[in-house]
Amino acid sequence: MTRLAEGGALIDRTKPVSFKFDGKTYQGFAGDTLASAMLANGVKLVGRSYKYHRPRGVVTSGPEEPNALVNLGSGPTHEPNVRMTQVPLFEGLEATSQNRFPSLNADIGVLNALASKLYPAGFYYKTFIHPRVAWKHLFEPVIRNIAGLGRAPSEADPDTYEHQYAFCDVLIAGGGAAGLLAARKAGEAGARVMLVEQTERLGGRMLVDDDAEIDGKSAVAWVAEQVIALEAMDNVTIRLNTCASAAYDHGYTMLYERRTDDRKGTGPRHRLWRVRTKQIIAATGMIERPIAFYGNDVPGVMLASAVRDYVKLWGVAPGRNTVVYTVGDDGYRTALSLHAAGHKLSAVLDVREDPVGMLVEQVRGAGIKVMPATGIGKVIGGKAGVTAIKTVSFATGKDDAPLDDSIPCDCVAMAGGWSPVVHLYSHSGGKVLWDAKLAMYRPDANFRPTDGSGEGFVHAAGGANGELQTQAVLKSAAEAASGALSSIGMTTDTSAPTVAAVAEQPMQPTWFTPTQGKASYGGKHFLDYQNDVTVADIRLAAREGYESVEHAKRYTTLGMATDQGKLSNINGHAILADALGKAMPEVGTTTFRPPYTPISMGSIAGREKGILFKPVRETVMHNWHAAQNAEFEPVGDWRRPYRYQQGNEAREPSIHREIARVREAVGLLDASTLGKIIVKGPDAGKFLNMMYTNMMSTLKPGKCRYGLMCNDNGFLMDDGVVARLDEDTFLCHTTSGGSDRVHAWMEEWLQTEWFDLKVYTANVTEQWAQFAVAGPNARKLLERFEGDTDLSGDALPFMGFTDGVLDGLPVRIFRISFSGELSFEIATPTSYGPALWEALMSKGEDLGVGPYGTEALHVLRAEKGFIVVGDETDGTVTPHDVGMSWAVSKKKEDFIGKRAMMRSDLTREGRKQLVGLLTTNPRRVLPDGAHAMSADGTRAIGHVTSTYYSPTLKRSIAMALIEDGQSMMGQTLTIGIDANSAAKAVVSSPVFYDEEGARQNV
Amino acid sequence: MLLIHCPCCGVEAEETEFAAGGEAHIHRPGPDCSDAEWATYLFDRKNPRGVHLERWRHAFGCGKWFHMARHTYTLEVYGVYQADELTPPQAILDRIAERTSA
Repeated sequence: MTRLAEGGALIDRTKPVSFKFDGKTYQGFAGDTLASAMLANGVKLVGRSYKYHRPRGVVTSGPEEPNALVNLGSGPTHEPNVRMTQVPLFEGLEATSQNRFPSLNADIGVLNALASKLYPAGFYYKTFIHPRVAWKHLFEPVIRNIAGLGRAPSEADPDTYEHQYAFCDVLIAGGGAAGLLAARKAGEAGARVMLVEQTERLGGRMLVDDDAEIDGKSAVAWVAEQVIALEAMDNVTIRLNTCASAAYDHGYTMLYERRTDDRKGTGPRHRLWRVRTKQIIAATGMIERPIAFYGNDVPGVMLASAVRDYVKLWGVAPGRNTVVYTVGDDGYRTALSLHAAGHKLSAVLDVREDPVGMLVEQVRGAGIKVMPATGIGKVIGGKAGVTAIKTVSFATGKDDAPLDDSIPCDCVAMAGGWSPVVHLYSHSGGKVLWDAKLAMYRPDANFRPTDGSGEGFVHAAGGANGELQTQAVLKSAAEAASGALSSIGMTTDTSAPTVAAVAEQPMQPTWFTPTQGKASYGGKHFLDYQNDVTVADIRLAAREGYESVEHAKRYTTLGMATDQGKLSNINGHAILADALGKAMPEVGTTTFRPPYTPISMGSIAGREKGILFKPVRETVMHNWHAAQNAEFEPVGDWRRPYRYQQGNEAREPSIHREIARVREAVGLLDASTLGKIIVKGPDAGKFLNMMYTNMMSTLKPGKCRYGLMCNDNGFLMDDGVVARLDEDTFLCHTTSGGSDRVHAWMEEWLQTEWFDLKVYTANVTEQWAQFAVAGPNARKLLERFEGDTDLSGDALPFMGFTDGVLDGLPVRIFRISFSGELSFEIATPTSYGPALWEALMSKGEDLGVGPYGTEALHVLRAEKGFIVVGDETDGTVTPHDVGMSWAVSKKKEDFIGKRAMMRSDLTREGRKQLVGLLTTNPRRVLPDGAHAMSADGTRAIGHVTSTYYSPTLKRSIAMALIEDGQSMMGQTLTIGIDANSAAKAVVSSPVFYDEEGARQNV
Repeated sequence: MLLIHCPCCGVEAEETEFAAGGEAHIHRPGPDCSDAEWATYLFDRKNPRGVHLERWRHAFGCGKWFHMARHTYTLEVYGVYQADELTPPQAILDRIAERTSA
């Protein structure tokens, strides 16, 4: 056990917790993370890297962790790629290691590492190129099998997730010293404040690096005082376990809250917050950088700050004998905290030639050896962890350096300097500047992300602003608060508490440590742990011409792992700059993209899954259809009965039964989904003349006209029957899926082009239930209703309509037909729909009445050669192409689509034209979309648009768009069925049944 | 996500409540125009990295179209104006000049 006898601010030693890792049971304490508990149990090997399957241990203590990824949970709650450093320990937690086979300890994937010369940067493009066929059959299957990290869950997630919306004046991201001070100032100024912190604790590094005194108090006491003050303010909301994941345009901010990952409490597991804030203070702190040296990935090599986090927060010493390797004063803090915990330190290796200052002297005073101008030349160890290091002198100053002493140790603490977390500042356009002295990218206050009025709305504070000293951190937070508040018309002063802290000496930026043999063929100096990108890879990319930082990233995969390069990017870019002989700012940095850390898929979905995924529209008759065993199909957002099943009836017989009913007796179709748009006003006729290809202004009140609607490219977009209700009022029917689109289309033209026209529109689709009563017995059925409406062919001829009353129900009866039969479409206010429908059903029993669904409807209309927009058209088809030139006015000066139809491509020979196809084998139904072949069989000349077996004609029928099809009547075409078979079909008129329209016109 | 002020109903709302309608102030030529003029009307659109006059519709609100002057890179909104205005109001032009002169 490496748990210290005492200490650990976050753990409760009275509450032991047991958990399982790879099937073995371990003990930890409440307050542990999975990472701290594993380290406390002396487990160093927790994962395998992506490419080389190298043994890996915990490197960090926070969300930047690249190595310690696990599968968490099992069965439906299984979740892959979870960072152990962010998993709160709970009783019964189960985790398994990833990316290894058969076990973490004996992973055969490690063979990859032996063959690592086969996998240089860009290996996909190099190693697996020849022979070509091997990619598909050998390389790709093998690579796919071994690639990837965690295993995707296979069951539905039983947890709930939700989205929440919030508004505030100032959102403060990060609950460290800077965030607390900024929140306090903004809160006291009266602003509505949200303070969010990604961990479960406030105080940030103050809880660990507590050597500073703030306003005469210990840092920990100062933090506690701020928390008490903030909690007392009604206008301040504090959310822990909540990460400010992204800052988008105009202050739209996304927060990711992890609520019940510890399996305690109720309610949603994760919340995705969508916050509209006027100002953001990014107090997101810093991330410590690793140092590139030979073997810097052996388990036991960790960030120095993480080592002291484990000591002070969780009472765990990751090593009993640690070597600290530092580029500045900060690493000495780790040495001091380990020393205070009673642990041995073999040495502090400092890249600087002459380390001086208080921290250094304290370490020397504790009897710890300080080795100036010295680095780690090599780490000795393996999957069991570090056993020793060999030192190297920086005096040699080149790649190929002799190694010096061997120092035994079981832990290496790397202190490579700090990088501000500038992600939130950069997400929506903030720029960063390279500070060569501190070797870091800092937010550029001259290029803040801007809001809708062009003013900066993100203010970086503290560590995120590049401040390393506590006094400067607090000063910067006070200034950020002042800046944010003055932007929203509030004020605060810029005073900050007084800090007494040790003075620190400048660091010496160091990106690479010499070793024996060049890095390219010697030991691996890792930059990106998760993706196994080394210094040699970056240098190779530079040599091969991938000079742009974005190209080098993609070529080597640097920073493309789930940690998105939090530890590796700056180091990698520095190595690239060095290889190219450029300065850092010339190389630049890759784009910081949200979210900051991975967020769960569940939180993205929120509640919008299952029945809530997308709203469904149902007609007023929906329950009746369902009770009649209707099989529904989606039409736009509607659900329409596809067919009504009787008993165990298969699809085809039921559809044929419904078709026969319409052709021989009378059928009822729920056509309520048809779009119904009222167009009203003195200019309504003029307006509709523009919207439709036909002339609508000449339509007489009381009459209907079938109209086609094109866009300004001349292509069909909708069709439907227009009825003129009175001089000023038209009722335009649209397709079922098209009502909203057509209504919006009309409004667009009225509002943006012809706003001088006196017309208004209203979409009344859902105000009316509408039923087709179709079949030879239709009139007989309607004449059984009480009412004085004359339904005779003379009084109400085909394409006429009338308002009337049926058994007391107000109705509008249209003589229109989409089946080719005698047909009345009856509209009644929606709430009367069920009464009308039930009456039609009961009065027509002896006439053979019954419902028919959309599939019967489609066969009926195909028998008649009626088109369906979306079947016979695909956005490139004109009215002329489908043989409807008769519906295109030649008299109108203009309409939408007119000019386009004069363009050369729309008037040329050889356009596809609508025809019918009759297969030579009448039982053979062509597949939808099948291609017709040219006579010489070299190319496709068209395709099948609708295809059915017609029970009326007792043969297969199809409609197709064929090049110059109208001139090919009677010719036999070859239609491809699949790779090995074809069918023959004769080109015919697309009207297969009752060509003269005698049946509907009675 | 943009925060948009609808000049028709006065609501300030999320971009998801609106639908973008592309470049504004496009002249629709009559049926006597040349093929080239028609093609320009149909297809030629500006794609500036900078100030863009564009059409928007408050699709999930009042349903009205309006115009917006917006910077395509900084996403700064210089102003919104009615759909039947053929050019931006002088106040918006002044604002654009002021904000882009620096």
